[in-house]
Amino acid sequence: MIDRKQSPHIVDAVDFQLNLKPYQKFVLDNGVEVYAVDAGAEQVLLTEWVFAAGNSQEDKNLVAATTNYLLRNGTINKTAFQINEHFDYYGSYINRACYNETATITLHSLSRHIKELLPLVRELITDSVLPKEELLIYQQNMKQRLKVSLKKSDFVAGRLIDAYLYGENHPYGKYSSAENFDALEHEELVDFYNKYYREGKLTMFVAGKLPSDLEQLLNTYFGDLPFSDIPVKQTKVEFASEKKVRITNDPDGAQGSIRIARPFPNRHHPDFLKALVLNTLFGGFFGSRLMSNIREDKGYTYGIHSYLQNHIQQSAWMISTEAGKDVCEAAITEVYKEMEILRNVPVDKEELMLVRNYMMGGILGDLDGPFHIMARWKNIILNDLDEKYFYDSINTIKSITAEEIQALAQKYLQPDDFYELVVV
Amino acid sequence: MIQFEKFTLSNGLRVIVHQDLSTPMAVMNIMYDVGARDEHPEKTGFAHLFEHLMFGGSVNIPNYDEPLQIAGGENNAYTTNDLTNYYIQLPAENLETAFWLESDRMLSLAFDEKSLETQRKVVCEEFKEHYLVKPYGDVWHKMRELAYKKHPYRWMTIGKELSHIENATLNDVKSFFFKHYLPVNAVMVVAGNVTVERVKELAEKWFGDIPSGEKYIRNLPQEPEQQEERRQIIKANVPLDALYKTWHMPSRLDGRYYVVDLLSDILGGGGSSRLYQTLVKEKKLFSNIQCFHFGSTENGLLAIDGKLVKGVKLEDAEKAIENVLDQVKQEVIMEIELQKVKNKTESMIVFEDMSVMSRATSLAYYETLGDAAWMNFELAKYSAVTTQDILDESRNIFKNENSNTIYYLSEN
Repeated sequence: MIDRKQSPHIVDAVDFQLNLKPYQKFVLDNGVEVYAVDAGAEQVLLTEWVFAAGNSQEDKNLVAATTNYLLRNGTINKTAFQINEHFDYYGSYINRACYNETATITLHSLSRHIKELLPLVRELITDSVLPKEELLIYQQNMKQRLKVSLKKSDFVAGRLIDAYLYGENHPYGKYSSAENFDALEHEELVDFYNKYYREGKLTMFVAGKLPSDLEQLLNTYFGDLPFSDIPVKQTKVEFASEKKVRITNDPDGAQGSIRIARPFPNRHHPDFLKALVLNTLFGGFFGSRLMSNIREDKGYTYGIHSYLQNHIQQSAWMISTEAGKDVCEAAITEVYKEMEILRNVPVDKEELMLVRNYMMGGILGDLDGPFHIMARWKNIILNDLDEKYFYDSINTIKSITAEEIQALAQKYLQPDDFYELVVV
Repeated sequence: MIQFEKFTLSNGLRVIVHQDLSTPMAVMNIMYDVGARDEHPEKTGFAHLFEHLMFGGSVNIPNYDEPLQIAGGENNAYTTNDLTNYYIQLPAENLETAFWLESDRMLSLAFDEKSLETQRKVVCEEFKEHYLVKPYGDVWHKMRELAYKKHPYRWMTIGKELSHIENATLNDVKSFFFKHYLPVNAVMVVAGNVTVERVKELAEKWFGDIPSGEKYIRNLPQEPEQQEERRQIIKANVPLDALYKTWHMPSRLDGRYYVVDLLSDILGGGGSSRLYQTLVKEKKLFSNIQCFHFGSTENGLLAIDGKLVKGVKLEDAEKAIENVLDQVKQEVIMEIELQKVKNKTESMIVFEDMSVMSRATSLAYYETLGDAAWMNFELAKYSAVTTQDILDESRNIFKNENSNTIYYLSEN
């Protein structure tokens, strides 16, 4: 008979050697840097064009996001429909996204179709017209979508807490209104496009089964374009003065969206990697203190999480949950109780080992396939870090002590430093 | 071509092994052939509540998550109207931990009163978060009730009403477990950096002595063919009017399923699809519109839904949808348009198959449907669809008497 009470021997994940497969780097004739990871068994490619064209660069709200959105909606030669049809016909997915520092065009495709697709991506970068008609449709539909979103307490809470943390004028804190959409002018978008895409700063990332002539291909389509080296604009953070806020968005709402957050430095700060371990213990996974207490013990919520925001210049430590309307205050009390325990009691050996193993297993599982490997590299490169960051993070997970974690909790998990918001 | 090997333990548990040595990880996926359709109409939401209880400790192991996390693993689960799926990913060295944990759960749960009490609350919060609080959150409840009169697809996996979950007793939980959570009702896939020999050895060791139990024979009330169109109007505190339409469609096992799947892409699959191009871009009647189907094992629903541009009348919007549908009913589509959606389907399958976890889940799914090997024939089935098939199926499905329509009106 087997002893079912006895766990099989477990190999500690902290003993694993984790390696981040290195990238190849080359530079196109015009100075554009390309990072490429050749991996995976499937004949697929992920190609990404990253422009320094994020929200930080705009002088007026929504100009960056709207320009980015309209990239796919018409060029000198093609209508939005024709563009979509071309990418669809080759079974590819063309997406664009606008972030704070950067804005991207992303292409997922089978490797064998890449030659059919790159010329059209070039056209999006050189010859988009951002049609006025498309802008009108976009304004109308986005205003409608915003109206629906504003009914959701989690959406409202997410906007407000960022505004408290960074200020409404900061790219990380500003949010959109119907008036902002109405105020968009076609010429502003065209100016933004000319400055930040046609002649902007471009970095490229490619992952998957790389064609042998990749460098030549990219040089053909992107190596002759007049890109430049535009820096990302910096804006000063302005903290809100009011720290505790309660808002009723929907008087009939059954749940409250709770956000508790404090400012936190970026990835270059010596505490950042250690804080990732403390965060995991606190609210970063299913077995975390917050989850065990507030979901698994009390049943106040379907889920509660804490995390460090993924920002380049300045981050924040955030606790986020949706809880029953009448247990919101009780849930908040428990969050502070868990902070207090972390400040006062060093984490015991078993729990710390569990967190180490969980985090290592997570990284191991996350390095699955070329797209994930590239995502890690991209994060490192865009944050102006190098591979040392990856290996430091692993060493931190392996070696951080209970005392260091406690000291970190004492330094950062202080209720007075946190903004606290409930939106019902 | 996805390679795999299959064997069956003497208690009836089917085991599939899919080796991929390029990853350092192993994956275990256990699919139980039970979903919300197998629930009693007065005890709905049970399959899903049960999924939560599966993490509340098993007969010999008080805490499921902790040992898995120590082994560097992660897990989750989901319930649909058709099935319940549990999956683990962990470093391959610690594969046996997954066997230990999952076999004990299949042997028996701890049936702890406190765990039931907590999970009832958690599920009620999930119910609120996803279905009550969200604008339009109740619409698919209403649509299912409108479209199905007999078949248990008429309720959602989360349950018909909160009270069914609130009233669940430990006895209900026990009888549900011993009816469905049995080796004969399950498929286990082990994938990743593993060998067939090792999986065989571990499967025998940990699952071999679990009593087979009595196979659950599904015998559900069948939905009679719909004879007349059904319509409903909902008024609620939402900012925009919205339109929802569904039509009954063939089951997952019917050859026509593939035709309808491609048809839904032609109509509503992305930037160059017919509904989007005509109704959002050209006529500007909808701010968004989509076409999709429920992917149900038994006869399912094909759906079109969208939010209207402010000021547009629902009747006009509906008429415009009908016009788009009339086109696919009257004229054979161009070969190139069909090729486009086939190409999209092909790349979607290739992208999905990039992850070991996704391959493992697919193998379990097709084995639960009938045969894991079907996974490798999917693409050929899509390729075989003709433009004439699209025409025929459009005519079959888009009939008034087969349709269900909800006008979701803004009170403001």
